[in-house]
Amino acid sequence: MFITPAIIQTAFEVGLIYSLVALSLYLSFTILNLCDLSTDGCYTLGCAVSAMITIAGHPILALFAAVAAGICSGFVTAFLQTRLGIESILAGIIVNTGLYTINLMVMGLSSNVSIFNVDTAFTLFRGLSESDFWVNWHKLILIAVIAVVMCVLMYLFLGTRLGLSIRATGDNDSMVKSSSINPAFTITVGLCVSNACTGLAGGLIGQYNKSCDINLGTGMVTIALASLVIGETLLGKGSVKKGIIGVLVGSCLYRFIVALALRMNVPTEAFKLVSAIIVAVAIAAPKIKEYVALRRTKARILAEHKAENQKMTKGDN
Amino acid sequence: MLKLTNVHKTFHIGTVNEKKALQGLNLELKEGDFATIVGSNGAGKSTMFNAIAGGFSVEKGCIELDGEDITFVPDYKKAKYIGYLFQDPMKGTAPHMTIEENLAVAYLRASTKSNQFFSRISKKDKEMFREHLSLLGMDLENRMKNPVGLLSGGQRQALTLLMATIVTPKILLLDEHTAALDPATAEKVLNLTKNIIKERNLTCLMITHNMNQALELGNRTLMMDSGRIVLDVSGEERDNMTVEDLLQKFSVGAGQEFDNDRILLSTAKEK
Repeated sequence: MFITPAIIQTAFEVGLIYSLVALSLYLSFTILNLCDLSTDGCYTLGCAVSAMITIAGHPILALFAAVAAGICSGFVTAFLQTRLGIESILAGIIVNTGLYTINLMVMGLSSNVSIFNVDTAFTLFRGLSESDFWVNWHKLILIAVIAVVMCVLMYLFLGTRLGLSIRATGDNDSMVKSSSINPAFTITVGLCVSNACTGLAGGLIGQYNKSCDINLGTGMVTIALASLVIGETLLGKGSVKKGIIGVLVGSCLYRFIVALALRMNVPTEAFKLVSAIIVAVAIAAPKIKEYVALRRTKARILAEHKAENQKMTKGDN
Repeated sequence: MLKLTNVHKTFHIGTVNEKKALQGLNLELKEGDFATIVGSNGAGKSTMFNAIAGGFSVEKGCIELDGEDITFVPDYKKAKYIGYLFQDPMKGTAPHMTIEENLAVAYLRASTKSNQFFSRISKKDKEMFREHLSLLGMDLENRMKNPVGLLSGGQRQALTLLMATIVTPKILLLDEHTAALDPATAEKVLNLTKNIIKERNLTCLMITHNMNQALELGNRTLMMDSGRIVLDVSGEERDNMTVEDLLQKFSVGAGQEFDNDRILLSTAKEK
């Protein structure tokens, strides 16, 4: 069979973990209108922290630690741009570069660690029941619960006054100032929350793969952006509710497209190129649509003119 | 109430573009004063507003509000008690958020406790927003879930006015807030402004390029030139003043001919 249930299941599992990164970018990119390029490093940081603490025997604590690590990383990025006046893209790149070394340090100066012979959050969760269904689906259920809970929390958070201020900051920061809120504060909170999600995603993927690699996060920001854009294209820009559902749908769909590409015997070496092409096409889609529509209108108008001209020349004769 | 003492502000210090925007500005406003400000472009009107509301810090001088020195208080903190409307209707509202959400953000100024951050828009708040919106007479109270980006410039400016005054400010700064609107809408927004100022007895400074407005509205008229106030009339002297007198006074006060096309045009039109 071309598509097996196992492939769909894996696509959903990884897709839902990635949806947390897309959720993070939804907050920083779509809502705050900032380019936070520290995502790659922060994702690896979450994974490294989670892996090391899991190896030490505390898989649940590891997830919280991954979140905390993400918050720290987000705080540094925010500090660089709000207090030191470094441009948001540059601040992200600087933090990303710095995180490479920090991640190596967290992993005990080795570029790869594996989790074996210890419990992960997934094996603990699996232990809840012996049934076949549970053994097959426990990973997906756990990931789905976490992803949905995070999405609901994000939705609720953006409805609070603080959340509204964060949204207003991305929309019109002079208005935020005149409402007696410091945009530096809202940006800091926004980036901390956003990177907390990225950290959690990294923490989950570490325990899911039972390993952590220093290059794990490379290209993560592109993948998350692609998911975000796919969701936006399908559901349309609009309310926060739509945006967050779009994040979930987009991430899963993206993994599904990648799974299809892999099934079509695209070699693993070409994986990054395939990702990049998917991203480029997804982001370019609205522009291409616009271009095609313009060409059609132009062709129609030209045809009309031609017909009119012909009529006139006929009349002359 | 508001007191500016010997305020100096220079832009681009030490470059060829050095511009002395405020040069020893002195101004005192009493509680409930509504002063209009006229002056040619570059006279320092907007710079004065920025100095009061805190877009930048001044080099010299002191700004006091209600006896408190606010010279170096950052802008977002001053926003708690200073309402500020810009000429550009797009500047005061967040286009992708709903009317209700915009009002909720503006209403944050009323909160003193930080735990307000995690509260949501309550039914009570919505009722209050609806009540305020209905006073605008623009049917906005039935469109509270609509994004502000869908509103017209006039509606947005009226909403901004409401946002700036929903928590009564100590002082309201209006920087030509009707200049970008069509005449009919401008009048409507201006009437709303007058009503709100009268009802709440607000202290207000308003920049205008319309000489008639400058004499009709409020109880005081100020004229600025080269970063100073060159004319300050109120009471009987102001009541008896005509637009021609005002122009005359200007050339005496500033010691130069009035050369602002926009002002001359606007007076010509009014006649």
